Amino acid sequence: MTIIKDIYALLTGMWITWKHIFRQPVTIQYPEEKRQPYPRYRARIVLTRDPDGGERCVACQLCSAACPVDCISMQSAEGEGGRRYAEWFRINFARCIFCGLCAEACPTLAIQMTPDFEICKRDIMDLLYEKEDLLIDGCGKSPDYNFYRHTGIGVTQPRGNGAGENRPVDVRSLMP
Amino acid sequence: METYLFYILAVVTVIGTLLAITEKHPVHAIVYLVTSFFSLAVIFFLLAAPLIAMFEVIIYAGAVMVLFMFVIMMLDLGRPDEATLPTLRQWLLPTFLGVIILVSIGSVAVSHYGAPSAVHEVSVKEFALILFQKYAVAIEIISMQLLFAVVGALYLGRRRTP
Amino acid sequence: MNYDPIDIALTLGKIALVFFVILTMAAYMVFAERKVLAWVQDRKGPNRVGPFGLLQPLADLIKLLTKEDFRPIGADKWLFYLAPAMAAIPAIMIFAVIPFGAPLTLFGHTVTLQVADLNVGLLLFMALSSIAVYGVALGGWASNSKYALLGSIRGLAQLISYELSMGLALVPVVMLARSFRLSDIVNAQSGCWFIVYQPLAFVIFLISIAAECKRIPFDLPEAEGELVAGFHTEYSGMRFGLFFVGEYINIIVLGGLAATFFLGGWHGPWLPPFVWFSGKVLAFAFLFIWVRGTLPRLRYDQLMHFGWKILTPLALINILVTGWWMVLRG
Repeated sequence: MTIIKDIYALLTGMWITWKHIFRQPVTIQYPEEKRQPYPRYRARIVLTRDPDGGERCVACQLCSAACPVDCISMQSAEGEGGRRYAEWFRINFARCIFCGLCAEACPTLAIQMTPDFEICKRDIMDLLYEKEDLLIDGCGKSPDYNFYRHTGIGVTQPRGNGAGENRPVDVRSLMP
Repeated sequence: METYLFYILAVVTVIGTLLAITEKHPVHAIVYLVTSFFSLAVIFFLLAAPLIAMFEVIIYAGAVMVLFMFVIMMLDLGRPDEATLPTLRQWLLPTFLGVIILVSIGSVAVSHYGAPSAVHEVSVKEFALILFQKYAVAIEIISMQLLFAVVGALYLGRRRTP
Repeated sequence: MNYDPIDIALTLGKIALVFFVILTMAAYMVFAERKVLAWVQDRKGPNRVGPFGLLQPLADLIKLLTKEDFRPIGADKWLFYLAPAMAAIPAIMIFAVIPFGAPLTLFGHTVTLQVADLNVGLLLFMALSSIAVYGVALGGWASNSKYALLGSIRGLAQLISYELSMGLALVPVVMLARSFRLSDIVNAQSGCWFIVYQPLAFVIFLISIAAECKRIPFDLPEAEGELVAGFHTEYSGMRFGLFFVGEYINIIVLGGLAATFFLGGWHGPWLPPFVWFSGKVLAFAFLFIWVRGTLPRLRYDQLMHFGWKILTPLALINILVTGWWMVLRG
């Protein structure tokens, strides 16, 4: 009999919801109780420094190019010895969608995501973070990495002199 | 107090009906007609016929007018600008019938002059006995007619197999 | 006709009491619905305004009153303003005929705890619930919006279809009580509740009133997934509030009627009659909320099929069987 089956199905559903009435709610009451996100959670973006304390960012514009909502902008400049840095660096968090593509694009691991998700402001202009707001005193997730030790600064340094870098291969000789 | 109430309701009924006739917009006409039915029902109530009053509201205001409204809304008939005044030929028969009704109302009013008096409240039981014993055959015939209407509707709305 | 001033005062007092209690209960029904639905869904529900969120209805009221009163372009002005009242007022008026307690004696007068003890009380309920259809129909039509129009067409068809099975489910009750007067119906159940004799009529009535107050699983006129909010899509502020409160008043009133017709009204052992009555009403209200937390919405053709091809014939057969049974019993 389908009708008995149907009534049984209805009553099963009613019984399940009845049981749920007495269950402990799973709600986290946000401002009072806070949830600790995982370390790799993608929230507020920071600019990290290398182990020597210098800025990692070389203003290569890759993050800005990767950003799907175009919320990153910067002005590149060159320091002594051809060392590039960002003259200013600006992230518009009112636009940022926290996709993490900038962090993946960054060749120097300068731009990184932190689990700090509480960035609410009364004024939308307060969500424009300048370089001073973004820079932190630390290396972030990869403490040992120093881009310039691997690559050297600029093209003035002869090739093959960097740490862990092989001698350039002479393509004309087939000798190993 | 009942007399005053009666006259107020009578005025509401007459004005509501007149507006329902003259209003060009069908949905507005329905609202006026429902108002007039409602005050008519209260008049029946004052005249000690509560059962008639309730049937007035349930059947006319609650079922017939709702179906009218349903049809108007479904078929998008609510266009007052397309309505035209009836021609002289169309006026002829309603005027004739209206004169008959007015004359008969007048003759009744002249013969029973005075305010309506509630003497005897018709109970549900008396009403039922009269309806289903004295006029049982008439009721059966009317219900047969309704049955024909239902069968006709089913025939019209049947699923045609290609 | 002479009127005793004390009688008039008592009647006015009863009307004021009923208004106050019904409106407060309706406001707290909204709160209770949000709470119970939250518990069903493993949430906490509103708990910010006042202790346990108990002042939430007040906050909602202030919000609704201070919102902009909006009327869409092309809306039919008068009908648009009239419709919310037509939805809410008949619902309150039905409560006039419901007896909510045993007769009391005050100042040497016997006071029936019922605003109007009409001898056609049950028919008045049918009449007013059929009038309440206009609120839905006119509100949707006057909004000049396709969602509202679709919602109100659905509402019209649904309400008049289920009114039929609701009325037919009440016929056995009238046959057993031999009266349309609600106090007679309650008194006829002093020994045994009618649900014992008429379980089928009770189930049909329950399903029909769920459809009549447009609750899930019959909330097709509102159907927020497909029609935004159905017939009250274009309403804002207190006009929307009237539709909203009217729906909850409807739940209370129809729960009270179900208690009156099938569960013996205020009759019950040990506890005072008023407590029994309100307990039954609240139980029905809880049932409606619980069902809303459980069941999905019906499809429109399923709704019509269920109403016309299952409930109505069942109610007719039930009337026939009851009639035979009563004739055989003599």
